[in-house]
Amino acid sequence: MPPPARIRPLDPTAALWTAVGLVGFCLLPWYAVDGGFWTFRWLLDGWPLDEDAAPALFLVLQGEKPWLAPLGLILLLPLLAWRRPKADPAFARLMVVIGALGLGWLLIQGFAIGHRGWRYDWLEALFGDLDWRQFGMGYGALLTALAFLFLLTLGIAARGAVGGDVFVVGSIGFVIATVALFVFMPIVQMLLNAFVTDEGAYSLAAFGRRLFSDRLWSLGCLTGGPRCGVAWNSFFLAVLVGILSTLLGLAFALVATRTGFRFRRILRALTILPIITPAFVIGLAVILLFGLSGFFTQLSAELFGTQPTRWVYGLPGLLIAQTLAFTPIAFLVLIGVVEGVSPSMEEAAQTLRAGRWQTFATVTLPLMRPGLANAFLLGFIESMADFGNPLVLGGNFDVLSTEIFFAIVGAQNDPGMAATLAVVLLVFTLAAFYAQRFWLGRRSYTTVSGKGDAGIHPLLPRPLRITLYAVVGFWVALTLVVYGTIVYGSFVKLWGVDMSLTLTHYIKAFGIAWTDHGLLWRGSAWSSFWTTIWISLVSAPLTAAIGLLTAWLLVRQDFRAKRAFEFGTMLSFAIPGTVIGVSYVIAFNVPPIELTGTGIILVLSFIFRNMPVGVRAGIASMAQIDKSLDESSLTLGAGSFATLRRIVLPLLKPAILAALVYSFVRAMTAISAVIFLVSGRYDMATSYIVGRVENNEYGIAIAYATVLILVMLAVIGVMQLLVGTRAIGRRGTGGPGLSGMRTNMPPQGAALTGAG
Amino acid sequence: MVTLTGKAASVAFDRVTKVYPGGTTPAVNDVSFTIEAGTLVTLLGPSGCGKTTTLRMIAGLEMPTSGRIRIGDGDVTTLPATDRDVSMVFQSYALFPHMTVMENVSYGLRFSGHDRRETAARAAAGLALVGLTGFETRFPSELSGGQQQRVAVARALVLEPQVLLFDEPLSNLDAKLRRRVRDEIRELQQKLGLTVVYVTHDQEEALAVSDRIIVMDRAVIAQEGTPRELYDAPATAFVADFIGESNVLPCEIAAVAGTTAEVRAGPVTLSLPARGLAPGPARLSVRPNRLALVDEGAPNSLPAAVAKTTYAGSRNEIAVETELGPVFLVSPDTATLPAPGARVAIAFAPAGAVLLLG
Repeated sequence: MPPPARIRPLDPTAALWTAVGLVGFCLLPWYAVDGGFWTFRWLLDGWPLDEDAAPALFLVLQGEKPWLAPLGLILLLPLLAWRRPKADPAFARLMVVIGALGLGWLLIQGFAIGHRGWRYDWLEALFGDLDWRQFGMGYGALLTALAFLFLLTLGIAARGAVGGDVFVVGSIGFVIATVALFVFMPIVQMLLNAFVTDEGAYSLAAFGRRLFSDRLWSLGCLTGGPRCGVAWNSFFLAVLVGILSTLLGLAFALVATRTGFRFRRILRALTILPIITPAFVIGLAVILLFGLSGFFTQLSAELFGTQPTRWVYGLPGLLIAQTLAFTPIAFLVLIGVVEGVSPSMEEAAQTLRAGRWQTFATVTLPLMRPGLANAFLLGFIESMADFGNPLVLGGNFDVLSTEIFFAIVGAQNDPGMAATLAVVLLVFTLAAFYAQRFWLGRRSYTTVSGKGDAGIHPLLPRPLRITLYAVVGFWVALTLVVYGTIVYGSFVKLWGVDMSLTLTHYIKAFGIAWTDHGLLWRGSAWSSFWTTIWISLVSAPLTAAIGLLTAWLLVRQDFRAKRAFEFGTMLSFAIPGTVIGVSYVIAFNVPPIELTGTGIILVLSFIFRNMPVGVRAGIASMAQIDKSLDESSLTLGAGSFATLRRIVLPLLKPAILAALVYSFVRAMTAISAVIFLVSGRYDMATSYIVGRVENNEYGIAIAYATVLILVMLAVIGVMQLLVGTRAIGRRGTGGPGLSGMRTNMPPQGAALTGAG
Repeated sequence: MVTLTGKAASVAFDRVTKVYPGGTTPAVNDVSFTIEAGTLVTLLGPSGCGKTTTLRMIAGLEMPTSGRIRIGDGDVTTLPATDRDVSMVFQSYALFPHMTVMENVSYGLRFSGHDRRETAARAAAGLALVGLTGFETRFPSELSGGQQQRVAVARALVLEPQVLLFDEPLSNLDAKLRRRVRDEIRELQQKLGLTVVYVTHDQEEALAVSDRIIVMDRAVIAQEGTPRELYDAPATAFVADFIGESNVLPCEIAAVAGTTAEVRAGPVTLSLPARGLAPGPARLSVRPNRLALVDEGAPNSLPAAVAKTTYAGSRNEIAVETELGPVFLVSPDTATLPAPGARVAIAFAPAGAVLLLG
């Protein structure tokens, strides 16, 4: 028995969060201060009395914003629990009431009162005109909100939820609150926007009119008309890309695992490419190769006298670019699938007199069917969500993701239309996501059951093998040409016109000069480059932290509605970046959370878009750690937090590192959400590159892209060096070859999905 | 109703060696044996001894590095699995999860030139044979482990193979089922007159089902014979210890007269079959149940001190110290349990000890 703890008059957790809340309420500026989250100029600039930087307490005492006063009173309520032990049911009830009241009031006042007084007409009608106004919430509000949240979870834990574990309940509450705030709330606000009429009223008819317009659903192109609706365009493209990338990915996977091909490690290297390449860079290369002044176009013009055309802009180019970009993802998924087919299945077929071809057709292929469907759905989602490629090479072939962008930033500036398009896109991707998780989830044959699955996969039938070699060889060659073009093109003066070599683009973008005042970052790209690095560096650890925390909750804790919790946290995977971008612009442009134009909004969008990467990495490696390790730690007297910190985290180091690097890299390559959220002050590398492309400055664009690819290659390389030694491969099958590498990089497949 | 019969054939290995690509030590090293048609032969040995590799070479799933393999009258050394008239029951059963029981059992028949009706009839007969009539439309995932195993057996049987192979067929079953399935396999084999090669690491299982046992150790055959031969006359200390428990004691062959040797083990003198050994130092193997605890000073007995005793229900297990080293014996007399430290002696039952050859 441990010695009896010192009796404290107030439960320490309750005391801590009450104190934090009071600090937020009484000492820190309630509203967001000018100059950004990290500046502390407000300390000298009128705090604590000036209205802009005053804590809530001072505002209320000065007679301003009286609706904040109840928050302060609620924060004092925990003192009612004085001398009540945590086990007392009254304590639990009190904390739940305090937390719920506080959070509720905070949200109500935040959403009710905005820049211009009441935000809703009916409130004005009810309470009359309001002179006061309020701005986005700041430090003070943040701390107060956290305090209420954790007092609420403390109460719930004290009622006995999840074994009464305060830390676990708090973590669950925190994850739910943040995901609700930064994933669901924006999406819901965006959905509401789809119903807004031109006059600002809500109307179902307005939504219906937009939703069923010809612009989305026309099938004109099939009947000889000029074009089809954007929804159909997106859908056709996504289906084609899904099929093509799955077939190619399967070819790659079969060559890599079933043919004794000697250079399969080189094939593996291909799978890194999409991670380090912003997807639209492939589109750029396709333009350089097949565009009007593209290499192959001009070659064909010279050799055969063909007229250069713009054929590549539109469906053909998009098909080429997206298939190039997403085939490695299908490859990565299908390697696992192909290896997952138990060799004894195929051996059994052979001993039952089936030939190689019959074995492949009747056993191998059917067993891979769920995996193939999975790869198809991933390709489908990727293509749907891809923004960069349609932007640079869509031509007249409009797709949903770019139409959303133009509806927001174009001359039309029609948020209602953007929201409607986003809803359609979201429905497509969510349907695919749902199918992937729930329909396929129950149909997987690849899980190896029972013991003793030794054995070797048979070789493929010869004609199939030769076909696969040809297809894979061609595709590898094309990929190499594409990347060669990117690198070579960055040194060419003006592609297709003046092919002489030059360093101009690099000097323009990344020039450095020594002046009297020291080092001058003269290149035009430096500003966005450093912003990108900085934002990515900030968001990576936060992403990894919340992702791994969520994974730990999912793998190691049991609580009610865990499935719903999991689905919610993984959902942002299936939400295309464009949709996230639009919804953030709509949701965080006005109080209570005003973030547009800041770096924080970029960081937040990265955290919640890439969080599933951390979750998957964490789940994958935590599943390998025996739960009895945790349990023995718990029985030895450590709490759940200490167990997480001392047992789980040290064992998870590789997963942590992987999650860090992937969230970093994904933040650097993302474009779709970013392009809505960048501002003059916080421009990102990808949006800068797209900007150069739109100005036809291809040289700088690909020079910049080359630099980005190299930077990320270096990052991945360093990570491989750090993690590479811990290979938990499958016993026997080719040592630390393919499967070894797979376990090293659990989040690869995850890292890729939802990119763009 | 089709009746399934066996087309049993013999299996012969002639100096077969298998070295895995990239490996240096052979998994099977210069192994020769013959399995008579219509017999059940077990390949027995600890894990890594080469027994599964041997089985897979019979199936055609591995090709020998050197040597010849014959099945029946034909040389099958280079024939792939598809073209051999051999079928196999896998350790994990390897039932195709995307096919029903019926489809699984019919699978091999599809490739054997039977028409649809005959395929169905044979598959039905196979299922009837293993007692699974009525389960045709189920999927493997809807069957218990024991039922899955029967489907795997039926699937292999319906092809009427020359040789039927079992790779540790009982290892994924719970202990209760094992004995029953074991007996069913043996019954089927005898009823249909099949040639069966059976891999296991469980000596008790091997003793119970086999006509002959081939004991393998470190890639070579340690001993081959009937269960009784192996149990009563192990050739080496490894076999003696692997098949049942055994005390291996140093001894001295004093004289050999014809086929009988006079052997001295400490103060005890024994007359044992010489097994071709010449006089000189040798080793004895004695089963624990062929030793008896007697009073100190009894004639022709080995003095001992009781080290540890265990009451195990149907018998007493007694460990003693002797001048020849520690000895373990079991006694069916559970009425008295000697106290540790007691001075006793042990006596050898007639024909209880056997000289080891290696």
